[in-house]
Amino acid sequence: MRGPIITLEGVQKYYGEYHALRGIDAEIGQGEFFSLLGPSGCGKTTLLRAIAGFEDISGGRILLDGRDMDGVPPNRRPTNMVFQSYAIFPHLSVAENVGFGLRKSPMSGAEKKTAVGEALEMVGLGGYGGRAAHALSGGQRQRVALARALILKPKVLLLDEPLSALDKKMREQMQTELRRLQRQVGITFILVTHDQEEALIMSDRIAVMFEGGIAQLAPPQDLYRRPASRKVGEFIGMMNFLPARLIEAGNPSVEVEVPGLGRAILEPDQCPMGTGGEISIGLRPESMTLLFDGQNAERVAQGVVEERTYYGDMTYYDIRLDGAPNIVQVSMRNMPGRRVLDRGDRADLAWDARAMVLFC
Amino acid sequence: MRGLKVYAITYLVFLYAPIILLPLFAFNDGTIIAFPLQGFTLDWFVELARTEALHDATVNSIFIAVTTAILATCFGLFAARAGNRHSFPGKGGILGFVMLPLVLPEIIVAVSLLVAMLQVGLSPSIWTVIAGHVLICTPFSIAILNGSFANMDKSLEEAAVDLGETPVSTFRLVTLPLVMPGIVASLLICFTISLDEFIIAFFLSGNEPTLPVYLWGQLRFPGRLPVIMALGTILVILSILLLVTAEYFRRRGLRRAGLEDTGGFL
Amino acid sequence: MSQTARLRRAFRTDSGKGLTLVAPPFIYALVMLAAPLGTILLFSFWTQDFLTIDRTFTLDNYREALSDPLYSELLFRSLRIAGAVTVVTVLLAFPIAYFVSFHVRPDRKSLWLFLITIPFWTSYLIRVFLWRVILAFDGPVNGTLMGLGIIDEPLSWILYNANAVIITLAHAFAPFAILPIFVSLEKIDRSLLEAARDLGESRVATFFRVTLPLAMPGVLAAILIVFIPTIGDYVTPRLVGGSGGTMIANMIQTQFMRLNNAPMGATLAVIAMLSVTVISLLLVFVTRRWTRGR
Ligand SMILES: Nc1ncnc2c1ncn2[C@@H]1O[C@H](COP(=O)(O)OP(=O)(O)OP(=O)(O)O)[C@@H](O)[C@H]1O
Ligand SMILES: [Mg+2]
Repeated sequence: MRGPIITLEGVQKYYGEYHALRGIDAEIGQGEFFSLLGPSGCGKTTLLRAIAGFEDISGGRILLDGRDMDGVPPNRRPTNMVFQSYAIFPHLSVAENVGFGLRKSPMSGAEKKTAVGEALEMVGLGGYGGRAAHALSGGQRQRVALARALILKPKVLLLDEPLSALDKKMREQMQTELRRLQRQVGITFILVTHDQEEALIMSDRIAVMFEGGIAQLAPPQDLYRRPASRKVGEFIGMMNFLPARLIEAGNPSVEVEVPGLGRAILEPDQCPMGTGGEISIGLRPESMTLLFDGQNAERVAQGVVEERTYYGDMTYYDIRLDGAPNIVQVSMRNMPGRRVLDRGDRADLAWDARAMVLFC
Repeated sequence: MRGLKVYAITYLVFLYAPIILLPLFAFNDGTIIAFPLQGFTLDWFVELARTEALHDATVNSIFIAVTTAILATCFGLFAARAGNRHSFPGKGGILGFVMLPLVLPEIIVAVSLLVAMLQVGLSPSIWTVIAGHVLICTPFSIAILNGSFANMDKSLEEAAVDLGETPVSTFRLVTLPLVMPGIVASLLICFTISLDEFIIAFFLSGNEPTLPVYLWGQLRFPGRLPVIMALGTILVILSILLLVTAEYFRRRGLRRAGLEDTGGFL
Repeated sequence: MSQTARLRRAFRTDSGKGLTLVAPPFIYALVMLAAPLGTILLFSFWTQDFLTIDRTFTLDNYREALSDPLYSELLFRSLRIAGAVTVVTVLLAFPIAYFVSFHVRPDRKSLWLFLITIPFWTSYLIRVFLWRVILAFDGPVNGTLMGLGIIDEPLSWILYNANAVIITLAHAFAPFAILPIFVSLEKIDRSLLEAARDLGESRVATFFRVTLPLAMPGVLAAILIVFIPTIGDYVTPRLVGGSGGTMIANMIQTQFMRLNNAPMGATLAVIAMLSVTVISLLLVFVTRRWTRGR
C-alpha cells in the first residue's frame, strides 16, 4: 500500500437519534481496490456518501489526499460516484452523459469529443455515443456510468452496489471487467457491496461493517482465514463453531480441548490468554476431510453422517461427532471414483489445527 | 362484461351531452335555445366579434389566467420540490395546509377573501381575482409537479453535483429539463382553471369582469343566449386544445423519464 | 458573526432547505387563506346595521342562524342535496372506474381517463346552463321521451328543483369521483383476486370480500371530494334549482351582496364549514373502523 489517499478518523453519523456510523477509522491506499462489505442497513452507503460529500458527518474527520473535507461540497471533491441506480440522465445522449462533467474543463470541443470517445472505448461501448440514454440495457448503463465518472480522472471512484441490478452472468462478467479497469487506470476504487463473494474476488482489502462500525479490515485471504470475530466468520463463507476448553494458556501458544475432535495447540493472534471466559474455535468445512478406506491422518475424529447436500462441484456432509453434542459440516470436492457416504454411515474425518481459529 | 361496456358508453354520452349540444345551438338560426333546430347560421359568431364588453372581459380573463398560471406554478415548484426532496418539521401540516383550497368550497374562499380585502382597504380588482386564483390553482400545480419530481431519480441531481456542477447549474442542466413537461402541464392546467373560474371572480372582480362573470350577466337575457352558445363553443374548443397539449407534454415527460404511463392528471 | 454563521449553517441543512423552499407558498396560503378565514370567524361574532359594523362580541348571529327556520332549512337542504349528489355521483362513478381499471387494455386506459376528464375542463357555467336546456319543458329529454311515447306530457320534476341540482352536480363532479376510485382499483394486486378465486370464492364474493374493501380508500376520497365542494355550490342552484333548490351558498351571497349583512353571511359560512368538517371527519372515522374491523 502506497501512502493513504483517504483517511477516516472517528467518523460519526447521526440521523436524528439513530447512530448510523459509530466511529469509523480507516486508511485507504492510493490505487487500492477497497470494499465495504456488510449486511443491509449497516451503514455502507452512508459512509460512501459521506466520503462523496452527500452526507454531512456528525463527528470525526475525512481526509482526502491529506485535505480535510469538512464543508467541501461534492462538486469540489476529487471523488466521483457510480450510483446504484446508475443515474444516467434520461434527457441526454450517451456521449452527452459521458461528457457531462467536462462542461467547465479547459479542453477544446474536439479534445472533449476525443476524451468521450476514449472513455466509451475503455468501457467497451465504442460507437454508442449517439444513442439515447434511456434505451440502454442495465449492463450498458453501468458502463456509461463508469465512463462518465472515470473521464474526470478522480482520485477516488466510489461505487455503491454497482452490480446488484445485473443478472448473475452479467454480474460475473462485470466483476472481472471492473477489476481490469481499476488496474488499468490505477485509481482508488471504493466498492460497496453486501455480496461477500464479490468482495473477496475483487478487493485488495475489505472492511467488514456491522451496525455502523468496522468489525474487521483485512485483505481477503486474512479475512477468510482469520476472521476477527464469530460474527465476521459467520458472515463470510461457512464456518463451524465448536465450544472449546482451555487446557493451557501459554505465550504465544495455547492448548485447547475441543469435545469430539480432541486437543490442539494454537497460536491465536487476538485472544489475550487467561481470560477464563467461554471460548470456541472456528473451522471451515473445507479444512476437514473425510477419510476413505485405509487413508490415514495425524488427527482423526469419528462420527455419523446426519445429512448430505449435493452442490454439483461439492458435497457437504453434516456429521455428528462421537462423544459430543456437536455437528460439524465438512465439504468434499466431487471427483470421479470418490465414494459418497449416505445418511447414517459412519465417517472418519481428518482435521488440521493450523486452520483453527480461536474466538473468545 | 358486455353490460359494463354498454354502461360505460352510456355514461360517456351523459358526460358529453352538454358539450354536444353547444355547437348545435351556436350554429342554429333561431333566437331561442330549444328544439327543433332552425337552420345553419354564423350570425352569432359575427355578433361575438362586435361585442365590446366581451372583448374587455376576455382581455381581463387572459391577463388573470396567465399571471395566475405563472405564479401558481412557481409556488407549485417550490412546494413540490420541498415535499419530494427534503424533510422538515411540520412537513405534513404545512403541505396539507397549502393543499387545503383543493377541498374547501369555493364560496368560502371567495367570501373570506372579499371580507379580508375590504377590511384592509383593498377594493376588488383584477389583482384580487389573481390572488384568489393563485390560491386555488397552487394545489393543482403541486399535484402535477409532485408527479414530475417523484418520477425523477434523486440520484440524477446528486450525479450532476458529483460530476462538478453547482446546485444552481444542476437545477438548470438536469432538474429543469426533466420537470419541464410537468411545468408546461401545470401552466396549462392553471391557465384553464383560472379562465373558467366563476365564484371567486364573481366576488372579487368588482367592475373589471372576467369572461365567466360577463357570461353570468348575459345569462339573464334570453336574447343573448345564442351568442353565449357561440362563445361557449369557442371556449370548449380552446379548453380541449389546451388539455390535449398539456396531456401531450405530460406523456412526453413520462417517455423521457423512461416510465410507463399510469394515468391522467391528479 | 457566530450568529450569522449559525444561521447560514441552519439554512444548509436538509430541513433548512426544505423550510426555505416551502416558505413562499406557505406564507402565501397563510396570508390569503388563514388570515381571511380568521377574519370571517371574527365577523361571525359581530353585527352589522346598514353599513356600520358593531364590533362587540356576540353569539346572536349563531343563535339566529340556528333558530330561524329559513337558515336551518337551507342548511339542511344543502346537506341533503350534497349527500344525494355524493351518493348518486359515487354510485354512478364506481362501475366506470371499475370498467376502466379491470376491463380496458392497459394502453387504452389513459385515453379513457382523458375522455372522462375533458368535459370537466370546459366552462362550468355553460355546462350548468346547458343542463337547464336539456332538462327544460321543451328540451331534448322531454322531447325524446314524448316522441317515444313513454310519457304524454313533459316531466316537470326534472327542472327548477332539487332533482335538477342533483343531476347537474352529479355530472359536474363525475371525474372527481372516478379518478380516486380508479387509482385505488389500479393499486390492487391482481394476484389477490386470483388468490380469492383459488381459495374458492365466486367472482361476486371476490368483489365484495377483496376488491371493494381494498378500493375503500379511493371511494372515501371520492365521497369527500364530491361532498365538500357541492355544499358550497352557488351556480347550479341558481341556474337550475328554482326556489326549491336554493342552497346555503346562495344565502351567503345574498347576505354579503344584497342585504349588506356580512356578519350573518360570515356566520352561515362558518356554520357550513363546520358541518362539512364534522361530517367529513365522521365519514373518515366510520370508514376506517369499517375497513379495519375486517
Ligand atoms: N436519510 C436518512 N434518515 C434516517 N435514517 C437513515 C437515512 N439514510 C439511512 N438511514 C439509516 O441508516 C442506516 C444505514 O443506512 P445505509 O443506507 O448506509 O445502509 P447500507 O449498509 O447501505 O444498507 P443496504 O445494503 O440496504 O444499502 C439504515 O438503518 C438506514 O435506515
Ligand atoms: Mg446501501
